[in-house]
Amino acid sequence: MAMTIGVPRETFAGEKRVATVPEVVEKLTKLGFAVCVESGAGEAASFSDEAYRAAGASIAPDATSLYAGADLVFKVRAPDATELGLLREGSALISFIWPAQNPELMQQLAGRSLTVLAMDTLPRQLSRAQKMDALTSTASISGYRAVIEAANAFGRFFNGQVTAAGKIPPARVFIAGAGVAGLAAIGTAANLGAIVRANDTRAEVADQVTSLGGEFVKVDYEEEGSGGGGYAKVMSEGFQQAQREMYAREAREADIIITTALIPGKPAPRLITAEMVRSMKPGSVIVDMAAEQGGNCELTEPGQAVVRHGVTIIGYTDLPSRLSRQASTLYSTNLLRLTEELCKAKDGVIDVNFEDDAIRGLTVVRQGEITWPAPPPKLPPAPAPKPAAAATPAKKSGHGHGASEPASGKTLAGMFVVGAVLFGLVGLYAPASFLAHFTVFVLACFVGYMVVWNVTPSLHTPLMSVTNAISSIIAVGALIQVAPPGGDGSRPDELIRWLAVAALALTAVNMFGGFAVTRRMLAMFRK
Amino acid sequence: MTQSLATMAYIGAAILFILSLGGLSHPETARRGNLFGMIGMTIAVLATVLGPRVTPAGVPWIVGALVVGGAVGLYAARKVQMTQMPELVALMHSLVGLAACLVGFASYVDTSVAYEGAEKAIHEIEIYLGILIGAVTFSGSVIAFGKLSGKIGGKPLLLPARHWLNLAGLLVVIWFGADFVGAASVEAGMTPLIIMTVIALLFGIHMVMAIGGADMPVVVSMLNSYSGWAAAATGFMLSNDLLIVTGALVGSSGAILSYIMCRAMNRQFLSVIAGGFGTAGGAPTAAGEAPAGEVTPISAAETAELLRGSKSVIIVPGYGMAVAQAQHTVYEITKVLRESGINVRFGIHPVAGRMPGHMNVLLAEAKVPYDIVLEMDEINDDFPDTDVTMVIGANDIVNPAAQDDPASPIAGMPVLEVWKSRTSIVMKRSMASGYAGVDNPLFYKDNNRMLFGDAKKMLDEVLLALKG
Repeated sequence: MAMTIGVPRETFAGEKRVATVPEVVEKLTKLGFAVCVESGAGEAASFSDEAYRAAGASIAPDATSLYAGADLVFKVRAPDATELGLLREGSALISFIWPAQNPELMQQLAGRSLTVLAMDTLPRQLSRAQKMDALTSTASISGYRAVIEAANAFGRFFNGQVTAAGKIPPARVFIAGAGVAGLAAIGTAANLGAIVRANDTRAEVADQVTSLGGEFVKVDYEEEGSGGGGYAKVMSEGFQQAQREMYAREAREADIIITTALIPGKPAPRLITAEMVRSMKPGSVIVDMAAEQGGNCELTEPGQAVVRHGVTIIGYTDLPSRLSRQASTLYSTNLLRLTEELCKAKDGVIDVNFEDDAIRGLTVVRQGEITWPAPPPKLPPAPAPKPAAAATPAKKSGHGHGASEPASGKTLAGMFVVGAVLFGLVGLYAPASFLAHFTVFVLACFVGYMVVWNVTPSLHTPLMSVTNAISSIIAVGALIQVAPPGGDGSRPDELIRWLAVAALALTAVNMFGGFAVTRRMLAMFRK
Repeated sequence: MTQSLATMAYIGAAILFILSLGGLSHPETARRGNLFGMIGMTIAVLATVLGPRVTPAGVPWIVGALVVGGAVGLYAARKVQMTQMPELVALMHSLVGLAACLVGFASYVDTSVAYEGAEKAIHEIEIYLGILIGAVTFSGSVIAFGKLSGKIGGKPLLLPARHWLNLAGLLVVIWFGADFVGAASVEAGMTPLIIMTVIALLFGIHMVMAIGGADMPVVVSMLNSYSGWAAAATGFMLSNDLLIVTGALVGSSGAILSYIMCRAMNRQFLSVIAGGFGTAGGAPTAAGEAPAGEVTPISAAETAELLRGSKSVIIVPGYGMAVAQAQHTVYEITKVLRESGINVRFGIHPVAGRMPGHMNVLLAEAKVPYDIVLEMDEINDDFPDTDVTMVIGANDIVNPAAQDDPASPIAGMPVLEVWKSRTSIVMKRSMASGYAGVDNPLFYKDNNRMLFGDAKKMLDEVLLALKG
């Protein structure tokens, strides 16, 4: 029996998102589900009832009838008391729940025989889970929107310009916290042309900041701030002192500050004091994205934009909702991916499989029994640093251009000894005429060595064909044998000539062919 | 022309050869380098012909030989396909080796210059060595040509106790060498000389037969080196400094190339020459566990979509691109992508292909500008910032096991770190493992996609999708 997915209208004040968009309705239908949407659910996100109907959903006239017919409810916000009452016994709910912040909601959910999956408890460290990560998709929308809100409240351009009316300096944006939201804000602000500086307690995000066009500001204090699961942890007192000094410095210089610092299960850290706000230039803007958790700025008023000491402080808690169409699309895609995981058989029935780490982590209530918090997922053990991997960088794979690492003293000494013995033997026994040639030979080897080290690897093939052509210098040997002067008759001139002529013809192939083909190749190398 | 004048001309020619090799250090100066080589060769030949050692009676013979040989050479140079360059180079090496043999024999039967005592012994040793090296170069190059052109199978031929065979051959050669130097007359010396030549020819065949396809860059550059040493040995035997200098230049150049190739595979020169890689070197299938996971296939249209959506693309070509003759399509794709502002570059592993620099020549033929064709060391750090890496017909040179798995037969070999890019696409005919017989964990990585099929056909489809 295929299940019916119910998508109610969000009742939370100011919430404009909807949990499922028409495009996703089609895909859910393909998985075997029936989809029912409450009339007007998508209106605030610009999705009409007709669009849903066209995508194959049925429309319920009101919430009561929707909940009554739904086996599985897709929501954005955690249900309030009314909605809780409407949820049918035995049905399942997928939405944001925030179990740590809402203990009484959890108790109420547990009282019923419901199954609840909380999008916010996804084990984000599973790479497989990324496609269902609604926190990430929501955060990146918030980050984008935060910059747009800041730009709206800010009285100047973001990018520097030189116009006929004078020179405009670029805006300086400082972003506290380079998580998903922070990174989205960095990218957006940098794309608008601002000078972006950012800080995070986790030093490893510095590269990501740079890659998006921002500059990473370090705190002059050594401490690692990664708290697992992609979040930061609370830092030591010494670090916080250094951090405060850095923030004070940045606040004085910045035109716009966007704060995104959150620590899971704790109130947001106070980063920007009233003192720092006072030090900012008039007309500056602070966007506090942590307003809902108390705010990173001392003067933030959650849900509102206020002006304090000439600085606009924006504490909106509905940033994703302000981009409702985009946010709904991304969120419903996350839900779709989750549904695919829940319904591998594509038969329209979900299977809450606790063997699956991602689903286990998401499930906070199963059949009325609280299953939160989930045990940490069985991650494959982090690969121990392998000796070979450690040894590899030591081995310079440098593609020999002259200055490769010098040989060790021992090898060098050994080579000198062997060389000296060899040279000594040659010197003892060889006649003088041989030594002259030998000198030339050894020196030529060294010249060849020095010259060829400079050859660029891309020309190795031409190098080979030109040396090949040059090695047909052996023709000179053949030439002097073809018709040497002063034969006394004892010499088999005829035989020698034939041998020499054959050798000459062979080397001529090489000589002409080698140079010609090198020429042909080199002519192709062009910028 | 007097002997002194000829010697001065030889010095000039030697300098021009050095400048010629030096010129190849950069594509800008390479053409001039080739020109220097030609001038040097002309001077050397003219000085010899006009010098005191050649009587006018020989001139028609010389002209005839040069015209016939030159015509063949020029014809071959014009007709050869760029993908066939390795074969051509190997074939040319064999000619030098054969010529060295002939000159050696001619020099031996020439009794007009009488040597005494130590000089005679040294002269005979020079002849013996010159013919030995020449013969090994000749037969080895012929086999290398056969393998490269596909006339002989690329699989290494491993005779039982092959190292002992080689050692026995060496001892026999030394034994007959002593016999040869002690010989009273030319006729008496001829027998050991011919036996040695036969052994040297067999040794050359055996040596190259034992080496598999992917080790060919080492073999080709080694034979390049031998042809130089053969010229140098001939120089000693004829007391000609120009031959010695030029032979030494070529010999050391080839030796350096061999060394670079060996280092790029993290292998010892001797172990490459001893042959039989991947069969004797431990039991790879038993030692390394098979990588787990699934490969994700991708279609040509999706590949085009990925490429179009990226900012930075790196293409890693391998021997498969040469086999499929896909370099022109690769260039067309590069052109389309570059026109839409995508940064396309090429990453070349030193041993990609069958000859040092093989890929560079193919890409140059397809008109890919050389400043976007980068060496492994230049580009390896850029993979993390790359959106899409396309691997075309390469396997071992992009195998992460070389870095991660100390038990792998290719452990420690420098590789192109394509798996660090956001997405890698591997174009391959099938899931068969590479030359080294090692499974490639790259194929099973989350961010890797497999585009199965003939490289040329698939790339044509990608190009079509990109243009459409």
